[in-house]
Formats: sequence, structure tokens, C-alpha cells
Amino acid sequence: MSRLTAENVTLAYDQRVIAEDLSVAIPDQSFTVIVGPNACGKSTLLRALSRMLKPAAGSVLLDGAAISSLPAKKVARTLGLLPQSSIAPDGITVADLVARGRYPHQGLLRQWSGEDERIVRESMEATGVGELAERYVDELSGGQRQRVWIAMALAQQTPLLLLDEPTTYLDIQHQIEVLDLCAELHEEQGRTLVAVLHDLNHAARYATHLIAMRAGEIVAEGPPEQVVTADLVEQVFGLKCQVIDDPETGTPLVVPAARKAREAAAAGAS
Amino acid sequence: MSSTVKTDTGRNDSAATGRDTAARTGRPVRAVRTAGGLSLRLDVRTLVVSVLLAAVALFASVLLIGTGDFPMGPGDVLATLTGSGTTAQEFIVNDLRLPRVLVGLLVGAAFGVAGAVFQAVSRNPLGSPDVLGFSQGSTVGALLVIVFFQGGTFAIAAGSVAGGIVTGLAIFLLAWKGGIHGYRFVLVGIGAAAMLYAIVLYLMTKANIVEATQAVTWMTGTLSGRDWDQVWPLAIVCVLLIPLSLLYGRPLRMLEMGDDAAYALGVPVTRVRVVLLAAAVLLVAAATAAAGPIAFLALTAPQLARRLTRSPGPNLLPAGLMGAALLVTADWLSQQIFGADQLPVGVLTGLLGGGYLLWLLASERKAGRI
Repeated sequence: MSRLTAENVTLAYDQRVIAEDLSVAIPDQSFTVIVGPNACGKSTLLRALSRMLKPAAGSVLLDGAAISSLPAKKVARTLGLLPQSSIAPDGITVADLVARGRYPHQGLLRQWSGEDERIVRESMEATGVGELAERYVDELSGGQRQRVWIAMALAQQTPLLLLDEPTTYLDIQHQIEVLDLCAELHEEQGRTLVAVLHDLNHAARYATHLIAMRAGEIVAEGPPEQVVTADLVEQVFGLKCQVIDDPETGTPLVVPAARKAREAAAAGAS
Repeated sequence: MSSTVKTDTGRNDSAATGRDTAARTGRPVRAVRTAGGLSLRLDVRTLVVSVLLAAVALFASVLLIGTGDFPMGPGDVLATLTGSGTTAQEFIVNDLRLPRVLVGLLVGAAFGVAGAVFQAVSRNPLGSPDVLGFSQGSTVGALLVIVFFQGGTFAIAAGSVAGGIVTGLAIFLLAWKGGIHGYRFVLVGIGAAAMLYAIVLYLMTKANIVEATQAVTWMTGTLSGRDWDQVWPLAIVCVLLIPLSLLYGRPLRMLEMGDDAAYALGVPVTRVRVVLLAAAVLLVAAATAAAGPIAFLALTAPQLARRLTRSPGPNLLPAGLMGAALLVTADWLSQQIFGADQLPVGVLTGLLGGGYLLWLLASERKAGRI
């Protein structure tokens, strides 16, 4: 079953077409990761799924209804998005920023219920920023800040959560921290997660469902063990490699071929 | 909603904050909740600041009413306002001075709220009607009437409103690109301001000395000689548009985090911007028609309010109250220092606002942000 699907969508910025006639279904309760080389349209697809970009043709459906026809606040109670770039307002505290995630559940006369307060506290604890509640967001490290933004998205309490490159600009330990957090949300809270990731090995390790894209098309999708093969990596990324079992998790691990071997292969091919 | 109201602190102050940041923890936020499911989020500091600003505005108003060729003590002013003054006092207060003070309060509030909206939408502390061309548009409208039609007060006000609205529409259309975006809006506004100012200069060359004097006085911004004819239209605009703007304050706050983040939280981004900008343009046009483009008020009031409340976000209500308090106080000060109606209030707000801006730049530079 899929609550979120895209049906024959054409995605374009102004006149520049990124993808044509693309269809995709996000399996419920999955941790879906979209991978592909730069400019393959993976972030564009995520933007369309999160209704930031209106398809030029076709439609994105949420629970069977065209997402663009649903009221913005109603969608925001079902589908959350962690955008690639967000601006923390000057002088805002962690608790205040996370509290903003409650916006779609609030109204003029229901501004700050006991439930809001509890969920904000739980979201901060789940992301390990409870200790930082009263700190100013602009004083935090990049990893801490990203966890605060994730806490805000969590406070939105949506069964579906989309993350656009949540690990970009983070050190390796913070990348793993953020991905661990995503895995916890998926496993323990049963949320459906969709993320765009750059690192194929991270994707293979954390995803339950992988979508590989190239030049605006979906080349393969399925469980990482089936999708991540040496042939596919070469087809999608144009990179010769070996795929071995990750010694830690047994998931596929991509090891790029040595430079000399790749050069020799390139020379042989031409 | 007849039910118990219980008050909770929305914060636990046990949060471990580093030693160096202990002084910089957040403000207490209180939630007022009823059993019926209503809940209001109250920022204590913002509330206190707002009440104080309102008190300052009213206090300065009473002083201002008592100021002039026929001075009156605050007691007499209050007595007259509540209907127990002498006939002479009633004439002076109700017919001569009260309209001036009301225009001052309304113009100040309108500039304050509109300035906060412009700054929030353009994501730029310099995004004010003086910088974005709206004031210049109103000025062109007023000057056209003064120079080419030798119109009276009402015609000048009408010209000013028309100029402001036409400028607003033009900037909207030029800045529109699948929505209104802060950066583009600022650049278009600055371009419009430059062109409109050139037209102002051209009109001045066409004016004779009487018209030029009238034009300069209008452009400086003054509250002297305002009567009930100016109060009513402005009051109607303010009563409609200020509450509307305040209602949109919550989604506007979300827009600060960027369009994507706001949209993801269910904020109809474009609608919020269009409604608020339209309201702000109309507020500025109405206020400018009543008192002229009072320099720097829309720029400084929101910034000062923000520093006093120490609260992130647009702070529309404190900005409006700050505008009202600032303008009435500046008018009272200018009468105290320079004598009745010697100096248009716009000169003083310009001096104070410019000084404030320099201080802001200096302090931001110290903080390493510029």
C-alpha cells in the first residue's frame, strides 16, 4: 500500500524539463531513499512529492486525492518536509523553533495546548536536543542544528516525513547520527520516511526501499540488496566498482575500482 | 467558556545551558488554557512591553493635548476628554488638539505595523516604505496635485493615496514571479524609489515658490493643523487593516524560516504575502495622505520594538504601538524644544531615526554581523 504516489508526472522549472512521465509509489512504513548522480532529478522528485513543486503534467496523490487540491494545513498534518535550506530566525531558541512544528495543529484560539507542549518536549528528547531547549539556535553546531530542524519536523507529527539531503554539510559522525535518528523514527514510531541522500553506502545501509534515478528516470527500485549491484552503479553513476557485503551490517557496500583499473578499462573500451 | 483557567509555565528552567550562555536563555512563555480546549500562548515580555508602549503613547497624547498657546495640565485634559471641562477647554481639546493627536497615534501605528510587514516579507531590516518607493510614490501623487492642480488639503490627500496605491501595484507586478520573493521585491522597490524621487525633483523644478514651500512641508511630514476630516478615513483604514494584519501575524512568523519550511508547515505562502503587502501598502498610503511621509518611522519602530521584546519574528502589535508612541512623543518633544508648530515632526523623526540607524550599524558591527 502507498499513501503517497506520483502518477505520470512531468517535472519542470519554467521551461526546463527535469523529468517526464515519472511514476513512483512510496511503500507505507518504508524508509525510502532516493539516490542518483547530481542533476538526476532526485531532489526535484522529492519537491514534487512534498507539493513544493507543482507538476507540469500528471499528479501527486496523497491518500488517493490530488495533493494540490487539498488544503495546505491539512496536508501539513499528514506530510512533513525537512527542506534542504531553512533559515533559523535571529535570536530564536531551540524550544521556540521546535514549537513552530506544531503550527498545522494550531489555530487562532488553540495556540498552545498541553498536547503541543508534550509533543514538543518529546520531539526534542527523541532527537537528543532536550538539553539545548533554551539555547539559541545560531549558537549550535551544524549537527545539533540539523537535529533541531528534524525535531521541528517531528513535532509536526506526520505519518509521512520527507527529508531533502538531511546529511549534507555534516561531518561523518553527525551524518551517521542523523541517519540513526531517521532509522529510529522509522523502526520505533512506524513513520514512512523518504530521503534524498548523496552517499550510496549510507543509502544501502539505512534504506528499506531504494529508488535509483538517472537523467530524470527511475532506473531501479527495490530493497538495497537487489538494487545495489556493480552493474547498476556503473549504469547509474558511470563508476566501475565492486559491491561487497558491509562487514558491519551485511548490506551492500560499494567500493570504487582503483584509478588504474578504471583507466585501463576506459582505454580498453575506446 | 465558563471553566477553570489554569496557567502553566511553558518552559522548564532546568534546561542545562552552558555557563557562558546562562544569561542568554529564553524568555518565559505562559500558556493560558481553558477546559473547553482554548489555549493562548502569551509571551510575558512581549505583553509587558506592549502594555508599557500603549501607556507611553497615551501619556504622551495627554501631554500633547495640553501643549500649545493655551497650556493645560494633564488633569484638565483628562477632565475635558471625559466631558467635564469648560466650553473653551472643550473647544480647544475636542476640536483643535484631539484630532491632531489621534492622527499622530493612527499614523504611528499604521507605519509601525506596515514597516514590520515590509521588513518581514523582504527579510531585510531596511525593507521599509521609505526605501522601497511607497513613500516616494505617495509624494509624487501629492506633488502632482500641488504643482499642476493647486489642489486643497483633500485633493492633496487623494493624490497621495492614489500615488501610493499605483506605486504599490506597479512594484507588485514588476516583482511578481510566480509569487512575491523578498530579494526581488527589495530590488524592484529600490529601483522604483530612485525613479520616483527623480520625478519628485522634476516636479519641484516646475513649482513656484508658494507651491514649493507647500510641497516641502508636505514631504517633511507634519501633524500640525490636522482635523477630524483627516481622522475619520485614516481611522477606518486602520480599524480594518491593522487587525487583519495581526491575524496574519502567525503565518508571517513562519515565513521567516524560508518559503519551503513555511509551506511544509501548511502556510499558504503566496496568499499570506499578498494579503499582508496589500494591507501594508494601503496603511502606508492612508497614513502618508494624513500626515506626509514621516521619515524613518516605519524603519525604526519595528526594530526598536523587536529589541525591546527580544522576541524573534515580526512582532506586529508591539511595532504598531511603538510607532504610535514614537510619533506622538516626537511631536510633543518638537513642540517643547522648538515651540508650537515651528518644526514639522518629520524632521525630528528623521534625526532620531537616522541616529538610531547609525547606532544599529555600529552595534551590529561590534557583534561581527556586518
